Amino acid sequence: MTTLELERGCATPPAATDGAEPTILRERGQREVFCGLTGIVWLHRKMQDAFFLIVGSRTCAHLMQSAAGVMIFAEPRFATAILEERDLAGLADANEELDRVVDRLLARRNDIKVLFLVGSCPSEVIKLDLSRAAERLSTRHMPTVRVLNYSGSGIETTFTQGEDACLSALAGAAPTSTTKDASLLVVGAVADVVEDQFRRLFSDLGVGPVDFLPSRKAAEVAGIGPGTRYLLAQPYLRDVAGVLDERGAQRLPAPFPFGAEGTTAWLKAAADAWNVDPARFDDVVAGPHARATKALASRRALLDGKRAFFFPDSQLEIPIARFLSRELGVSLIEVGTPYLHRAHLEEELRMLPAGAKLSEGQDVDLQLERCRAARPDITVCGLGLANPLEAEGLTTKWSIELVFTPIQGYEQAGDLAELFTRPIVRRERLAV
Amino acid sequence: MQLAVWTYEGPPHVGAMRIATAMKKVHFILHAPQGDTYADLLFTMIERRNARPPVTYTTFEARDLGSDTAEIYKRAVIDAVERFSPDAIIVGASCTAELIQDDPGGLARAAGIGIPVIPVELPSYTRKEHWGASETFYQVVRHLADKASIADRPGPDGRSSCNILGPSALGFRHRDDVVELTRLLRDIGVDINVVAPLGAGVDDIRRLGAATFNVVLYPELGETTARWLEREYGQPFVATPPIGVAGTRQFVEDIAKLLDRPLAAAAASNLPWWSRSIDSNYLTGKRVFVFGEGAKAAAIASVAADELAFDVVGVGCYNREMARQVRTAAQKHGVEPLITDDYLEVEAAIAELQPELILGTQMERHIGKRLGIPCAVISAPAHVQDYPARYSPHVGPEGANVLFDAFIHPLVMGLEEHLLAMFREDFEFNDEAGPSHVSHGRVSVAQGQETAAQSMPAEISLTEPETHATAPGETWSVDAEKELRKIPFFVRGKARRNAEQFAADHGHSTITVDVLYEAKAHYAR
Ligand code: SF4
Repeated sequence: MTTLELERGCATPPAATDGAEPTILRERGQREVFCGLTGIVWLHRKMQDAFFLIVGSRTCAHLMQSAAGVMIFAEPRFATAILEERDLAGLADANEELDRVVDRLLARRNDIKVLFLVGSCPSEVIKLDLSRAAERLSTRHMPTVRVLNYSGSGIETTFTQGEDACLSALAGAAPTSTTKDASLLVVGAVADVVEDQFRRLFSDLGVGPVDFLPSRKAAEVAGIGPGTRYLLAQPYLRDVAGVLDERGAQRLPAPFPFGAEGTTAWLKAAADAWNVDPARFDDVVAGPHARATKALASRRALLDGKRAFFFPDSQLEIPIARFLSRELGVSLIEVGTPYLHRAHLEEELRMLPAGAKLSEGQDVDLQLERCRAARPDITVCGLGLANPLEAEGLTTKWSIELVFTPIQGYEQAGDLAELFTRPIVRRERLAV
Repeated sequence: MQLAVWTYEGPPHVGAMRIATAMKKVHFILHAPQGDTYADLLFTMIERRNARPPVTYTTFEARDLGSDTAEIYKRAVIDAVERFSPDAIIVGASCTAELIQDDPGGLARAAGIGIPVIPVELPSYTRKEHWGASETFYQVVRHLADKASIADRPGPDGRSSCNILGPSALGFRHRDDVVELTRLLRDIGVDINVVAPLGAGVDDIRRLGAATFNVVLYPELGETTARWLEREYGQPFVATPPIGVAGTRQFVEDIAKLLDRPLAAAAASNLPWWSRSIDSNYLTGKRVFVFGEGAKAAAIASVAADELAFDVVGVGCYNREMARQVRTAAQKHGVEPLITDDYLEVEAAIAELQPELILGTQMERHIGKRLGIPCAVISAPAHVQDYPARYSPHVGPEGANVLFDAFIHPLVMGLEEHLLAMFREDFEFNDEAGPSHVSHGRVSVAQGQETAAQSMPAEISLTEPETHATAPGETWSVDAEKELRKIPFFVRGKARRNAEQFAADHGHSTITVDVLYEAKAHYAR
């Protein structure tokens, strides 16, 4: 694999090498990616008994209400404890303040079973030790409430890495299972509807028992032990995989369940681990696979031959690029990812078209130059860049929709394709 | 530590971004971690700007801490100047960088870039967005304004000119207010020297001194600068908000007084006749709650009371810097001022007062949705839908027209209101049926006002429970409960509270239909 180690990056994309291996451009300059706090926007909806208390600044609070582009007013199960001047002056007082805030929060919200203290850049920089605070508060509030902590700070995490950190904390706190009997753990937040579909498929395959991390109840995490086999539903879960491995669980390597092909390969990994008869497997997936293929066919007509450019955002870029290229005929100009975790993406990287150009990290100004020069038919980018690029005549897809929309599994394959066809159709239809 | 769910204002560096983004060829180099780049979307998504804000973030990481964050900053300055060739740069730090104390000002000067460097201190742990914007604008003017421009000021017999200070990026209706105010000033015979910061370049700031006087269009953003120009450049200023018919008239009179000469007449507004037309009768005494940025809220309360004959039942602001104006307004309307940036306190006050209309920010619109009370947005912070495509100023003669329309749009119209009251049991007049011209502006009362008192503070408030908790000992008879449902939803919460209060005060343990009507008579206004 060719790697260009360029501290400052360059404005011209590295040329494809002769072989099938992707070229990787590493850049380090200004990033235009959210921090890990943003994951709370979906995690707090997913886990109905959990509350997220960010220990941060007004910036963090403002990010939380702006990140989704709209404000979410339905019973937020998150809040920010905004550090003030006097909290900075004395850490002892900051700890007392935090205890006070938590006590009052818990007294008013008896539906909370798991409280996450979420670290931010300011809390990290002043070295406010949230793991000690979590321990102290857990002792005080157990067994009713378990207090966990993780950092979603922008100096340590980009966007979806916040979920990785959160689930690592959850996995670390999970009970130990001593049984050798195999059980399946699906790791990574997916929409409830996707979870239910996967449950049905696994049950039809005879794979089980199946648990999800996170599940709808954070307090009811499945036991983890040597019998645990896990499948990653999201590509950004390096740390949680590390925690699971350490506890004796085994990862079932697979591509990610995007598109008909990815979903089949993903299910197959579990089916093989459970020695499911191939005929039975084909039988179970045939129906939904055919539906997905049918849903994709009409979209393929619109996307075939189109050229896509990905700015780094959620780490979903590589699996989705693979889906677009293999199932919809899209050619890939550059696939940016904030971070490339090769071990989890091995299968995905193998499925990319020969000589695909990847970039890891970011120097946004240089990347914008490359993007403008390439004039892609569709550009996948964050909310800060989308309108400026549209104004320059490029068609864009905001990448945040990829984490806020159910896109995994057979029944969502068409919806995932639709996210890319809609902006194209719109631009074609508009006569103004 | 302050617990916050929603904030009315961002941190001060977002205020600084609003100034940089408003100006031409001014670049802001912000020492900040990557997550802070979210602020770009405020401009590109909420305000629908078609270009990235002129901001370079250093996006330093944990591994850079203690080693070379200062070097990263310096490099970002050099790169940004080379890439964007600005005429001046603003340099500052966000909350995290403030803690690592790299001194952006010193680093930028040391980079030797040959253009003006404007350092701004943005204390994130004590100040907020408006303060940051005001301070940044002030520093821009202090660093760039050229006193020599005073020589170009019109003589006593020439035409007078003014600067318009305050309009910025991400401002609520600033784009249109500037157009309207420019038109108004031209009509009365005053020229515009410079509008700043919106649309101003370095050269424009240099020649601020050439104006006879300053107009402070938004005191929260421009007053500090105007005071400095008054002191240093001998430029008087007018800060009267030209909002509503009376406000606009007062604004023109204040300019005439300042210039000591009569001025041509401003264009007339439709508001006076629209308000006198008999269909507006139903507006009389509508109970409104006003909340927003302080200067705006105070002005809007006057328009509501004096130009539409609404009853102002509450007025407040989230920015303490403007608390004085709001206190004065509250006194005028005979209510308690509500000065708070705690969204939950505002929600509690609205639930308690049960107004028929809210004039507020996007937060109050959400509160209104939950409580089943209509709302018109009159102040930042605002949602993308509050940035209309059409010309829609809030100042001057056209601004008065816009306000009239905006206030009455969410309300149920006159005769429709009577029909709703007369035939409560018509199945199509259910509680979900809002004004017939607004498609889905209302939540059902089941999730609305009647449950508000219970559901609202339970959510997340860490402040102690407010005294508005109902549940005195009185119980409702089945008939009275039924009768209550015949009262239109927009006054039902009030009727319920009145009846309970009346029953408590008069020792009725059960609220019967009679008690309900006695209470109605008792509280009749
Ligand atoms: S990058 Fe850091 S300071 Fe900024 S919002 Fe994220 S955690 Fe808060």
